[in-house]
Amino acid sequence: MDFSVLVSKNDWSLHRKGPIDQARHNAKIKEAIKENIGEIIAEEAIITSDGKKIVKIPIRSLDLPHFRFDPKKSKHAGSGDGNSKVGDVLGQDGQAGGPGRGKRAGDQPGIDYYDAEVEIDDLAAIVFEDLGLPNLKQKQHEELEVESIHFNEIRKKGIMSNLDKRRTILENIKRNAMQGQHPRFGNVSNEDLRFKTWEVTYKRETSAVVIAMRDVSGSMGEFEKYITRSFYFWMVRFLRTKYKNVQIVFITHHTEAKEVDEQAFFELGESGGTRVSSAYKLALDIIDQRYSPERWNIYPFHFSDGDNWGDADNRLCVELVHKLLERCNVFGYGEIQEYSYGSTTTLMSAFSSIKDPHFIPVVIRGKADVYPALRKFFSIKDPVPA
Amino acid sequence: MEIISRDPQIVELERWIERIWDTAVRLGLEPYPTHFEIVPATIMYEFGSYGLPGRFAHWTHGRAYHQMKTMYDYGLNKIYELVINSNPCYAFLMEANTPLENKLVVAHVLAHSDFFRHNAYFQHTNRQMIETASINAERIRHYEYDHGTLEVERFLDAVLSIEDHVELVTIPGLGELPEERDERPRPRTTPYDDLFELDRRGGSGEPGGRGEEGGGRGRGGGGARREGEWHGAHLGRRRRFPREPQRDLLKFILEHAEDLEDWQRDIIAIVRQERLYFVPQLRTKTLNEGWSSLWHSRILRELDLPEGEYTEFARLHASVAAPSRHQLNPYYVGMRMLEHIERRWENPSPQDRERLGLRGGEGRAKLFEIRELENDLSFMRTYLTKEVVEDLDLYIYAYEGGEWRIVEKNWEKVRDQIVRSLTSYGIPYITVEDGDYRRARELLLKHHFDGDELDLRYAERTLRYVYQLWGRPVHLETVVDDKPVLLSYDGSRNTKTAL
Repeated sequence: MDFSVLVSKNDWSLHRKGPIDQARHNAKIKEAIKENIGEIIAEEAIITSDGKKIVKIPIRSLDLPHFRFDPKKSKHAGSGDGNSKVGDVLGQDGQAGGPGRGKRAGDQPGIDYYDAEVEIDDLAAIVFEDLGLPNLKQKQHEELEVESIHFNEIRKKGIMSNLDKRRTILENIKRNAMQGQHPRFGNVSNEDLRFKTWEVTYKRETSAVVIAMRDVSGSMGEFEKYITRSFYFWMVRFLRTKYKNVQIVFITHHTEAKEVDEQAFFELGESGGTRVSSAYKLALDIIDQRYSPERWNIYPFHFSDGDNWGDADNRLCVELVHKLLERCNVFGYGEIQEYSYGSTTTLMSAFSSIKDPHFIPVVIRGKADVYPALRKFFSIKDPVPA
Repeated sequence: MEIISRDPQIVELERWIERIWDTAVRLGLEPYPTHFEIVPATIMYEFGSYGLPGRFAHWTHGRAYHQMKTMYDYGLNKIYELVINSNPCYAFLMEANTPLENKLVVAHVLAHSDFFRHNAYFQHTNRQMIETASINAERIRHYEYDHGTLEVERFLDAVLSIEDHVELVTIPGLGELPEERDERPRPRTTPYDDLFELDRRGGSGEPGGRGEEGGGRGRGGGGARREGEWHGAHLGRRRRFPREPQRDLLKFILEHAEDLEDWQRDIIAIVRQERLYFVPQLRTKTLNEGWSSLWHSRILRELDLPEGEYTEFARLHASVAAPSRHQLNPYYVGMRMLEHIERRWENPSPQDRERLGLRGGEGRAKLFEIRELENDLSFMRTYLTKEVVEDLDLYIYAYEGGEWRIVEKNWEKVRDQIVRSLTSYGIPYITVEDGDYRRARELLLKHHFDGDELDLRYAERTLRYVYQLWGRPVHLETVVDDKPVLLSYDGSRNTKTAL
């Protein structure tokens, strides 16, 4: 031995470098989500999450780009068990079959996105950050009083468990300074003590009802169904998290409309022709029977591919929309046009005569349009300035 | 911090380390004095993901840390040790290691330390890198304080995106290559620069005589050279800038980008310095790991292990040096190649005796010569023989029709492909061709196409970072679908034009 061996073992429990940079990476994931929220919210993994709290969503652009070879156009070396032959398959697309799984994450082949695990609630918080029910009004009676407690006052007397230590120390230092001593902490007396105290406030909530209408006719293809589902998924989630006292009525229609429960509403299926007016009539009936506009804020939304029975029914729909608008805060209509076939025959073109600013029409052509549609329907600004 | 009451397990480990050290030295290894530190998993993975303890903070380090730690938490991957190329050598042992794992790992570490000390490609590495990295991290922390964390991060992102493009001295024994002469007029710092410059030019001329054209050098003949002259004075006969294409993109930007502030140049210098420290390790991965695996197994066989540890040793060694279908496991391939070489030089075949003049009995000496002189590229090119390729069942595979398939087993083609991929070490060979492209201070880079195309999406995004550093439009010549193209970024959009 030409030196003495020393093995040491130190206390590393306060060392936090890795976790701090990891937190920064997580923050960057959140930024990336925020930037791409429009694409992300229509991800299938979310819509089909079925109550799972955490979903995996692919986020692009979190790798630090560098000049590299195209992994799918390059050749790689490997070693077999002695019996390998030309033509043997090592892996499928996207599998770990790739080369260079070295220490650096960026070396992984073909994967230039990052699978982030996100809580749906976190996503929802981003999506709904500045959204709300538009044109919400104070209605009579059906108001709920919610009691809430806020610690918003400081007093000289109180219970010790509510002692405000910071303010107490400040008061003590001030008093010491005024008595000509050094401004320092010490000799705490009763007059230094400060306590936090609370106030009970009563918050009034207004009641609202959302009428979700959905076209389930045969012309609604997979894509249209998917978009509708995606939109309503977020809408329901949004209403439930943001408003305690909002009711949702679900209506599906083809040539006939019926009120269904939430589960049936989201289940895909059914077929047949389309008579949109049936849904609007049912909505009117439900409003007149159960949700008096005097007491309720009412928000009907309807999603369709715009392919209706005929001009006669389109005209009827326009009339019914006017009737609905008399009773409702806003009316949202979303038309899904995967291929924009000369949209003159669709319901949307019939609705072009409606000039009421509380009527909000939206055209959706792709997954990325779901988010703007949500923003348009639930933009908290009143479309008509008071 | 000195441990007062010594943990008996640590005392026991120290005793074993002494024995392992003695065995290693007896077998011919000459490691640096090595200090061992036992650390918990979180620290191990932090050092592993940062490359060095105390290195500067960046989110990519945080991501690597998160990934490594997650793999460990799920039992998919385990780091047993981490060894730093420094003198004295620092090695970190995972707290959760079993006594046998620690013995194997200590032997492995001493062989690495011997390799760092003797291999030619490490001769110019900074052996106080832990201290240097800490000082660098401190400087970057200061810049964050002065200029804002986000501002520094934004800049680091750009620099790190091209950190691979540094140039290493590849010829052992030759110091730093002569500095590329800066061909641009330097900014004036005193009113008398012209006079000083005259004096300098009037001397003995250019040392080395790198093909200068005429004494006046076509640029400042009258002595009244002004800063702006660079742009105008070359219309007739433009001097190439840089004179020769430069491979060191970071260095070129560090020296010639015009709008960088001092702190930004310092960050480029830091990233480049740390990268250069790591490059020899990246270029000797197979040889270094093969060398250490060979010796850890030999050293452990010499030790009188406690009952029951022999099977654990066999199992652990087999898992470390296991063949992989998707890559060349450096532990496995390196070790097996060295074993082949040793046998060949110990008992040469009649052909080798005749062709190479091998006398036999030189196996051990040959091994030590290789650890001193070779890197992965030269090692593979010289010693990846037919016997090795067939014995290790090496093959080439590629992506075809949605599947990764074996496409080549011919030993020469397998060797050539492996050698070719090592020529670049997975990093596209890119040079700075012109720092005054279109005579508008635009930057022209060239990818020296060698059969493998670039990942275009990545290339475009990287160009944006290069723009951020260079401050003027940037261009990259490359080949897409067998046709030469020019990728450009002008500050607002990426374009791709046929050449």
